[in-house]
Amino acid sequence: MQAFRTQNILLLAAVLAILVILPFGAGSYVLGVLTTAFYFAVFAMSWDLLFGYAGEVNFGPTFLIGLGAYGAGIGNALLGMPLPVAVLFGTASAVIGGVALAIPALKLSGPYLGLITLVAVLLLQQAIVIFAGVSGGEIGLSVPSVLSISSKINYAYALVFMVVSGAILLTIARSSLGMILQAAGQDRVAAASLGFDVTRHKILAFAVSAFFSGLAGALLVFYLGTASVNAVVDLAIGIRVIIAAVMGGRRTIIGGAIGAIFLIVAAEILRPLGQLSSFVVAVLALGVIMFFPDGLLGMIAARRRS
Amino acid sequence: MQALQILIDGFAISTLYALGALGFTLIFGVSGVLNLAHGGLLVVSAMVAWYVGTALGADAWVSAAAGIAAGLAVTLVTYGAVVRPVQRSRAIPGAERELFVLTATLLWGVMLQELLDYWFSDTPVAVKPLLSGTVNFLGVRTPINEFLTAAIAWAVMGLLWLLVNRTDIGKRLRATAINPRALTLLGFDLERIYLVAWLIYGLLAGIAGVLIGSFLGSGSSYIAGLTGSAFTIVVLGGLGSVSGTLIAAYIVGYIETLTAYLVSPALREVPALLLLIAVMYVRPQGLLGKR
Repeated sequence: MQAFRTQNILLLAAVLAILVILPFGAGSYVLGVLTTAFYFAVFAMSWDLLFGYAGEVNFGPTFLIGLGAYGAGIGNALLGMPLPVAVLFGTASAVIGGVALAIPALKLSGPYLGLITLVAVLLLQQAIVIFAGVSGGEIGLSVPSVLSISSKINYAYALVFMVVSGAILLTIARSSLGMILQAAGQDRVAAASLGFDVTRHKILAFAVSAFFSGLAGALLVFYLGTASVNAVVDLAIGIRVIIAAVMGGRRTIIGGAIGAIFLIVAAEILRPLGQLSSFVVAVLALGVIMFFPDGLLGMIAARRRS
Repeated sequence: MQALQILIDGFAISTLYALGALGFTLIFGVSGVLNLAHGGLLVVSAMVAWYVGTALGADAWVSAAAGIAAGLAVTLVTYGAVVRPVQRSRAIPGAERELFVLTATLLWGVMLQELLDYWFSDTPVAVKPLLSGTVNFLGVRTPINEFLTAAIAWAVMGLLWLLVNRTDIGKRLRATAINPRALTLLGFDLERIYLVAWLIYGLLAGIAGVLIGSFLGSGSSYIAGLTGSAFTIVVLGGLGSVSGTLIAAYIVGYIETLTAYLVSPALREVPALLLLIAVMYVRPQGLLGKR
C-alpha cells in the first residue's frame, strides 16, 4: 500500500513537471485550452468537496461560480475596483451565496436539495437577464482589466492557482473536517450523537466550496475579459463540472482536476468531428461512469493492483 | 375578456404541464428513478413528429403517431441502455446507485441534445396542429387545437387513472412502489413490472412531447427547461404523488400565465421558482408528499 502511494505521488509529480515545462514548447493555442481547463479543474474539485465528502447533491455549481464571476465583473467594470479587490469582492459574494445555499441543505437532502440548487442557478440566470443594465444581460459584461495579455503568464497563473487550490482542498478533505463531513453525509444522527456539530461543519463545507468556486470564477472572468451567462452560469457548464468530478473519481479531489482536463482536452482533440465531438465526449464520460464508477483515478489504481 | 383569455390559456398550459410531469412522477414512484433526461424524451417525440409532418409532409395524425412511437422507443433505450445497466452494476455501491442514475441520465440528456442538434439543427420548430382553425369561445378567439390538446391530455390522464386504480397491472405497479421486495417474495417478476412502467412512461412522454410541441413549439434547447419544470412540478406536488403533481401543475401553469399576461413575459418563470423555494422551506415533502 505504501509503495503504491509513493508511485502515485511520483506519477502526479511527473504530470505536474510536464505541465510546468509545457509553456517552453507549446503554442499559445494549446496553452489557452489548458488555462481554461485548469480553472475548470478548480470548479470540479470544489464540487467534489461538497458531493464526494459531504454527500450534498449540488446541481448548481454554476450558482457559486456565477456569483464569483459576476461579482468580480461588476466590481471591476461598474464600481471601479482594481483587479485584486474585484476578485476578492466576487469571492466574497460567492461565499455569501454558498452559506445561503447551506441553509436549505441543513433541512433537505438528496433530490430535494438538488432541485433547490438547480432553482438557484435558474434564478441567478433570470436575475442577470432582468438587470441587464448592471450585468450586461445576455450579451455579457466586459471587464476593463485583464490578468495578463501573455498566454504564458495566464497559463502560469492558472496552473499555480489550480495546484494551490487542489492542495488546500485535499488537505481539508483529509483533515478531521473531511471525516466528519463523510460521517454526517452517511448518517447525520449518528455523527451528531458522537458530539460533532454537523450544522457548523456543513456550513463550513459550503463556504469553502463556494470560496474556491467563486475565486476560480472571478479569475476566469479576468482571463476571458468578459462575464457571460454562457461561460459561467449556464446549466450546461454546471453539468460539465459535475461530470468532470464524477468521471475523474469522486471523493478524491484530484479526480476532479483529472476529469476536467480530460473533458476539455478530449473535446479539443475531437474538434474535427464538428458538432458530433461533444456527443462523443459524452459517450466516453457515460462509459467511464457506467463501467468504472471510481472514475479515471480508480482505473489507474485498479490496473496497478492487478 | 383578458381574464377569460388567461383562464383558457392557463388551463391549456397547466394541463400540458400535468401530462408532461406525470410520467416523471410515475417512474419515480414505481422504481425510484429520477430521470434527468426527461425533457430529452419529450423533445425527441416532438422533433420526430415535426420532421414527419412538416419535412416529409405527412398527415398531422400520422406525424403525431410517429412522434409518440419515437418517444416510446427512446424511453425504452433510456431504460435498457442507461438506467438498467447502472441499477444492475456490481461495481457501483448500493448506497450511491441513485446518484449514478442521476448522473447517467443527466449525461444521456446531453447526448440526446447533441444528436438532435446534429440531425435537425437547434432551431426551435412547431409541430403541425392536429386541427387547424380557431373558434370564438365566449368572445375569445382560441385555436381549436388548444381545446383538442387539453381534451386529449385529460383523456390520457383518465385512462392512466383507470389503469393504475382499476386493473391488475395497476395493482402490481402500486405494490412495487410500496414494497418491491415483498412482490419478489410473492413470486412476481419485478423486471417485467418495471418494463411495464417504462412502457407506460414512454407512451406518456411521447404524447406529452407531441402535444407540447404543437402548442409551445419544441427544440433541442428546450430540453433542460422541460426537465426543470417537470422536476419543479413533481417536487412541489410531492415526489411520487400523482394528485399532488396535478395540483402543482395547475398552480405553476396559472402563475406563469398570470405573470406573462399581467407583468411581463420575460419574468414568466420567476414567481413559480420563488414559490417552490418557499414551499421547500416550510414543507420539504411538497404539497401532498408523505415521506
